[in-house]
Parts: sequence; structure tokens; C-alpha cells
Amino acid sequence: MTAQSTPLSGRPRPRLSAARRLRNLLMGVLIALSTVVVVAPLLLIFFYLLREGLGAMNLEFFTRTPAPEGETGGGLLNAILGSLQMLAMASVLGVGVGVAGGIFLAEYPRHPLMPTVRMLSDVLAGIPAIVMGLVAYGLIVLQFGFSGLAGAVALGFLMIPIVVRTTEEVLKLVPVTVREAGLSLGLPQWLVILRIVLPAAAGGIITGVMLALARVAGEAAPLLFTAFGNPLVNLDPTKPMSALPLEIYRGATSAYDENQRLAKAGALLLILIIFATSLLARRASRRR
Amino acid sequence: MSTPLLSAQNVSIYYGDKQAVRDVNLTVQRGTVNALIGPSGCGKTTFLRAINRMHDLTPGARVTGRIVLDGEDVYGPGVDPVTMRRRVGMVFQKPNPFPTMSVFDNVVSGLKLAGVRDRARLMDVAERSLRGAALWDEVKDRLKTPATGLSGGQQQRLCIARALAVEPELLLMDEPTSALDPASTARIEDLMTGLKQVTTILIVTHNMHQAARVSDTTSFFLNGDLVEHGATDQVFTSPRDERTEAYVTGRFG
Repeated sequence: MTAQSTPLSGRPRPRLSAARRLRNLLMGVLIALSTVVVVAPLLLIFFYLLREGLGAMNLEFFTRTPAPEGETGGGLLNAILGSLQMLAMASVLGVGVGVAGGIFLAEYPRHPLMPTVRMLSDVLAGIPAIVMGLVAYGLIVLQFGFSGLAGAVALGFLMIPIVVRTTEEVLKLVPVTVREAGLSLGLPQWLVILRIVLPAAAGGIITGVMLALARVAGEAAPLLFTAFGNPLVNLDPTKPMSALPLEIYRGATSAYDENQRLAKAGALLLILIIFATSLLARRASRRR
Repeated sequence: MSTPLLSAQNVSIYYGDKQAVRDVNLTVQRGTVNALIGPSGCGKTTFLRAINRMHDLTPGARVTGRIVLDGEDVYGPGVDPVTMRRRVGMVFQKPNPFPTMSVFDNVVSGLKLAGVRDRARLMDVAERSLRGAALWDEVKDRLKTPATGLSGGQQQRLCIARALAVEPELLLMDEPTSALDPASTARIEDLMTGLKQVTTILIVTHNMHQAARVSDTTSFFLNGDLVEHGATDQVFTSPRDERTEAYVTGRFG
């Protein structure tokens, strides 16, 4: 090695012209502004709810049912438990049918019914939430009355297309040769899918389910005339049940300050739940 | 000479309207290594995959003619492709261990997923298969670790062990060393000679030196035709067809 080495930065860099530097600065500011515009609504909502709702989020909020109109105190225990129960029941329908549909679309592309199922799933994804509520109303409420189960069915229907889509996508990410390796061992196709392909895609499927849950957790419309709402804690799925979005709706349209405070705390809780679910979903998909 | 393990009679394979393999006639004797060589797109892999009915899942793929494995028509009426595949193992171009399973579970997956629960038997099969694939000494202390933690060469030998575990009569290898470094390639080539004791090998390779080193017979494919099939020495030193000679001497391909 000789002492004389040419440094890579040896060539003097041409100075940027003043006009060019100005344009660079301008664009930089524009990009920063766009970012602010995108993020601002989210932050505004979050801070508004923090300011208005955090005060009402005390122990009572989690342990009591709403106080009668005009009285102070009370909480949303009925809505919290109702939402949890209905989401759990909705998952049974949404995950069961959704994962099965996703498997069908991804693994049986030659099946004659495949195009029909694909189209139905796409149409289902476009159906407004309130129409899903109507379906559950017609199917269940007309015969058995308002119930948590009816609300869960409406939410479950909403979950199906989301779960179908993500399941199909992540199954397609599993290499074809992994399936072929399974088949070449003399394993039947259903066993290969169930024991080899599905476990390989599990992280992604869990992500899809979480996102679907986060999406339907905030739905009020399909619950209005299915779960109906209930001022008391109800653990019987055949009876009317409350949910966070329902209490937010009732509280926010109420004339009493106390109810409005509860509604805002409920909205904050809902946002936090959705936020946490999304974070968990991201962790699940990254772990794969 | 005994009856051949495998015999292909007028085998043609189509993808839709396109014919990928034309009228191939070929026999494979038990306990031998047989190489399929030829330039890319000549139909050798397509032919290989017809033997264990892998084309069943490819939309538009069609196989005509007869492929007879140990006296049974692979595409005969009433033949279950699942049962048929169990008799024919396959090793792929890139190592493809099952991603969520441990080393041990990968090796015995063909038995375990088919319902074999006997731990002692599974352990026995795992050790025998891993020894057969010359991997036992390297992984015997990490059988419970994820298979994806092994090196590429180890993963490919794991895939060989996985195929051996179900005791196939015929082992299909589709360019098994093309994704591996020279040292791993050499290990797998060494392995093949020993594997002749327990099975019969049909290997697709792009590497003519590999074919010359490991195989007893060589079949040269070109544009979907089987141009020449014979003892490896003969194909490489005194080919009957001038196209074979041009290929093995490196003038094209």
C-alpha cells in the first residue's frame, strides 16, 4: 500500500445553486406539511377524547352500569362486557367461515365453485354494516327478539370477508414447493393444508382476525336493532345486550352532561382497544 | 436383467395446447442412479414430475401414455395419487423443510401426519433416515430445534432424510444441488451412491459432470424429446446421436 491513496471524496462537489437549494427547502416543507395534514385528524381525535373522556375513566367507569338519567356517576360495565361477549361470539362465525373460505380460495383454484365464492366474498365486503344488521334482524330478531347473539351474527358477517381476504393472501405466500413436498410424502391434500400450510400462515391469519375484530368493534349501526342495548349487565346471549358503540351513540345524543362524559370515555376506551389490537396484530405478523 | 422398476411408454405431457414432452420411452432398473440431462426447458423436470403425479394439481396439464411403477400403471383407473406418491419420494430444487416444524418433526412428518404415534418407532425412523442422509451426526443434539435454523446444505439433506423416512421405492431428485455450494453438493453426490442400497434414484441435473459422477444411466432430453438413453459411460464417451455429442461436449446448452 502506497502512502498516496485517492480518497473517494477527493473530487470537489459542485456547489448547489441558490435556486436549487431554495426549491429543495420548499419541497421539504411541503412534504412535512402533508405529513401533518395526514396525521393531524388522528391526533386531534385522540387528544379531544383524552381531554373529554379521561376524567370519566375512573374505577366506577369499569365497574358500574350507567346511572339513571339526570344522576351522576355510573360506568359502562354493561357495554364493556357486552362488546367482549359479542366480539367473542362474532369471532366464532367470522373466523370459522372466513378461514374456511380463505383456504378454499387459495388452495382449490381449480374448483368449479371458486369464481362464485370469490365473487360472493367480494360482494359481502362491500355490503354496508347497517344492511348486515338488517340481515341479522330478519334472520333472528323477528323470531327470537333482540339479543346479543343477533348482534354477534351481524358483526360476524362483517368479519367474514376481511378474514377471507387476509387468509387467502397469507396462504398464497406459503411457497408451492412446501405443499408439493407434503404431497410427495404421500399425504392427502387436506392434511397438507391443515398440518403444514396453515401453521406456516398462522401469524398472518391471526393478524387478519385481529384487524377484522378492530374493524367491527366500533360498529354501532348493525347493533341498533339486533343487540338493541341494555342498561344492565347481561351475560345471557339470548337477551338484549349493550355494546360500547351503542352507549357512545346514546350518551352522545343525550341531553345530560353526565351521559355525554361517559360516551366520550367509552369512545376513548374503544379507540384504545382498537389501537392495542392493531399493535398486537402487527406483532403477530412480524413474528412469523 | 430383472423387470425394470419403472417403465415409461409413449409418455407425452401437455400444458394446455403446448406439448412439453413427446413420446418418451424409458426404463429404470432397481438400485441404480439415473440422470436426466438437457438444456433448460427440454422437458426433463416435466417428465420427472409426471412420475409422482405432481401435474395433477397444475391447471391444464395432461399426461398421456403409460408410466408403470413396479407393475402398476401410475395413471391407471382407480389408482389413488396419494397412495402412489407415497411410493415415490421427491427432493426439490431448493431445500423446502416444513417451516413450522423441528428437525425431528420434519424427518418423520410423512409418518407422523399420516397417524403414526409410536415414539420409539418414530425415533428409530428419524435416526435411520438422518444417517441415510449423512446428517445424523450434525443434528443429533438439536432434533428439537427449528429446521429453518439449519444451513442450506443441511436443509437439503434434511429433505432427503424426510423423503427416505417413508421408504420410497423410487426417489426423484429435481436438481437437488443447484441451490447449494460446492462442498454441500459434493456431500450429496457422495450420498447418492450409498442410497442405491435402499432405493432407486432418478435425478434431473443441469450439471453434466454431476451426471457423469453419480449416475449409472443417463437420458438426454432436447425440446421435449428423449434423444438418447443409455449407460452413462456410453452416453458421455461414445454417444450415438450427434446432438447428444454436441451437448455433452459443451457445444450448446
